[in-house]
Amino acid sequence: MSKLKKLKLSNYVCYIMVAAVMVVSFIVAQTGNLPRSYSNLLVQIAYSIILAVSLNLVVGFLGELSLGHAGFMCVGAYVGSYLAMQLAEVIDNKLIVLILSMLIGGLLAAFFGFLVGLPALRLKGDYLAIVTLAFGEIVRTVFKNMSVFGKAMGLSTQAIKYDSRQDTSLYLVSFITVLVVLFFVQNLVRSKHGRAITAIRDNEIAAKAMGINVTFYKLFVFVIAAFFAGMAGVIYGHYTTPVLYSFFSYNYSIEILVMVVLGGMASINGSIIAAALITFINFQLQSHLSGDLAALKYLIYALILIVLVIFNNAPKLAPIKDKLSPKLLFAKITGKKRHPGDIRSDAGDWRVIPTKIKMDEVLSVDLQQNTEFTPDKPQKGGK
Amino acid sequence: MSEIVLKTENLGISFGGLKAVDNVNIEIKKRQLYGLVGPNGAGKTTVFNLLTGVYQPTTGCFYLDGEKLTGKTQEQINHKGIARTFQNIRLFNNMSVIRNVMVGLHNQPEFKCNPFVSLFRLPGHFKTEKAMREKAKEILRIFDLEDERNNLACNLPYGKQRKLEIARALATNPKLLLLDEPAAGMNPYETEDLMHIIRRIRDEFDLTILLIEHDMKFVSGLCDEITVLNFGTVLAQGTTDEALNNPEVIKAYIGE
Repeated sequence: MSKLKKLKLSNYVCYIMVAAVMVVSFIVAQTGNLPRSYSNLLVQIAYSIILAVSLNLVVGFLGELSLGHAGFMCVGAYVGSYLAMQLAEVIDNKLIVLILSMLIGGLLAAFFGFLVGLPALRLKGDYLAIVTLAFGEIVRTVFKNMSVFGKAMGLSTQAIKYDSRQDTSLYLVSFITVLVVLFFVQNLVRSKHGRAITAIRDNEIAAKAMGINVTFYKLFVFVIAAFFAGMAGVIYGHYTTPVLYSFFSYNYSIEILVMVVLGGMASINGSIIAAALITFINFQLQSHLSGDLAALKYLIYALILIVLVIFNNAPKLAPIKDKLSPKLLFAKITGKKRHPGDIRSDAGDWRVIPTKIKMDEVLSVDLQQNTEFTPDKPQKGGK
Repeated sequence: MSEIVLKTENLGISFGGLKAVDNVNIEIKKRQLYGLVGPNGAGKTTVFNLLTGVYQPTTGCFYLDGEKLTGKTQEQINHKGIARTFQNIRLFNNMSVIRNVMVGLHNQPEFKCNPFVSLFRLPGHFKTEKAMREKAKEILRIFDLEDERNNLACNLPYGKQRKLEIARALATNPKLLLLDEPAAGMNPYETEDLMHIIRRIRDEFDLTILLIEHDMKFVSGLCDEITVLNFGTVLAQGTTDEALNNPEVIKAYIGE
C-alpha cells in the first residue's frame, strides 16, 4: 500500500511544483508585495512551460525533431489576440474572452499542425526538422505581410492586454492553464496511447509490426503539441503589445528546444524546471544588463548552457550529479534502497533516455566519445 | 487439421535485376509448426518481410485463411493476424518488459480506448489499463518473465530478450506467428526450453507457426514440414526428414 502511495506521489510532482509557485506568488500578491516585474516573469515562465512541455511531446516522447514550435505559437498569438479583441467588444468579461480566444487560437494552431504534419511526418530526423523550420519562418513572414495584423508594426493588443500596473491576474490564469496542459500531457503519456507513442520512438519498425498506426500517432502528437503552443501564443498576446513577428523567430524555436534538452528528453518535470530556469536567466540578464552590456546577454546565456550540458553529460561529474539527484535524496530520507534498473512509475525512467536524435550534436557540444563508455547509460542496442 | 492457414502463390520479389525471392509456394496447415531453412542469404528473412508487408511482392500473392493480404500495409497485416519477431532483436529498449507486451496488446478489440478517453482520464481508461496489465502479466507468465516485468527491456539477458520478443508478438493475438531465428544466440538449455515454450503456445493459443532457424536439431525436433530455400528459390519441400536428407540440400549446405 505504501508503495502504491509513493508511486502516485511521483506522478504528481509536476502539478505540485507548479501549484506551489502559483499559490506562493498569489499569497505574496495578496499582501501587496509582489513586484510588477515578477508578475511579468511569472507569465513568461508560464507560457514557456507550456511550450517546453508540448515540444517535449514531439521531441522527447515521439522522438521527432521539430524546429517550428514558435511558428505554432505565432499562429496562436496573432489569430487568438485578434479574435480576443473582436470578442472583447461583445463580451464584457476579460477572463471569458481569454479562455475563448485561447481555445480558438489553439484549435487554429492545431489545424496548422495538421496541415504541416500530414506531408512532413513522412520525413524523418533532419528532414522533418528542416520542414518545420521552414514552416516557422513562412508563418511569421505571412503574418508580417498581412495588413489585418498590422504588417511590420505588429498587432497592437492594447485593448485586451493585462496591464501589470493595474491587473496582475494574468499570471494566475496562465498558471492554471499550465496545470490544465500538464493534466492532459501527463494523461496522454501515461495511457496506452502514450505507450504507443514511446514505442514508435524506441523502434518504429517494431511498432509497425505490432500493428501500431504510426502515421496516426505521429500526427496526433504533432496536432496536440501545436494546440498547446497556440494556447501559449494567446497568453503571450495578452501579456505584451504589440504581438510582433520578430519574436517568433528561429531563435525562439531553438530556445524552446534548449529547454526540452536541458530538462531531459521525455521528462516533464525536467521541462518545467528548465523552462522556468531559462526564462528566469533571460529575464535577469535582460533587466540587469543595459546599454552596451546588453550584448553580453547571449554570451552569458551560452556559457550557462554549455556548463549545464557538460554537467549533464560528463562522466566524471556523474558522482557529483548523483549526490545532488533528488531521487537519491528522497531515497535517503525515506531510507529505501532502490535498484538502479528498477522503474517505479508507469511511465518508465525517462531521464536517461537517448532518442533518435543526438541532442549534443544539435547543441554543437560534441561529447559523443565520452558518453559511449558510460556504463550507467542504457545503450541503444539491437540495431 | 487440414485447414490451410497460409498459402503463398508464386511469391517473389526482385530488387532491380536481382531476384531475391522467386516463385515460392508454401502451404501451411492450421496448428502446424513449419520451418523455413536455407544457407545465409537464401532469402528467408525476405520471405518474412513479404509476408508482413515490409516489402510488396513483385510477383505472386499470399492468402491468410483464404483472404488475400498482398498489397496491405504492415499494420493492416498485423491486424489480420500475422505477427513476427525479428532476426536482430527489435524491442522497445527504453520501456519496461511489461510495457513492451502491452504495446503488443494495443490493438486488441477488448482493450479499445479512445484517445480522448485517455486524455480526460475517464473511467474507461483505468479499466482498460488494468485489464491490459493483467493480460500482459498472463502472457509474461508463460515465458517465465513475470518477475522481470519492471526491468527495462534492454537490461534483460539476450535469451530473455528473445523470449520477450515472442511474448510481444503473441500479445497481438495472431493466427500465424513468424519467428525469425528464435534460438539464435541461445545456449542448449535455453534452446531446449524454447522448444517447449513454442509447442506450448501453439497448443494454448491454437497457433500456426512459421520459423526460420539455422539450428538443425531445433528444426528437426520441432517442425513437421520444412521448405529449404537457396538463392531465393525453393530447393526442397516436404516433411523435415525427407527434405533435410535431400541430396540437393546437403549439397547446398556442405558442398559436394
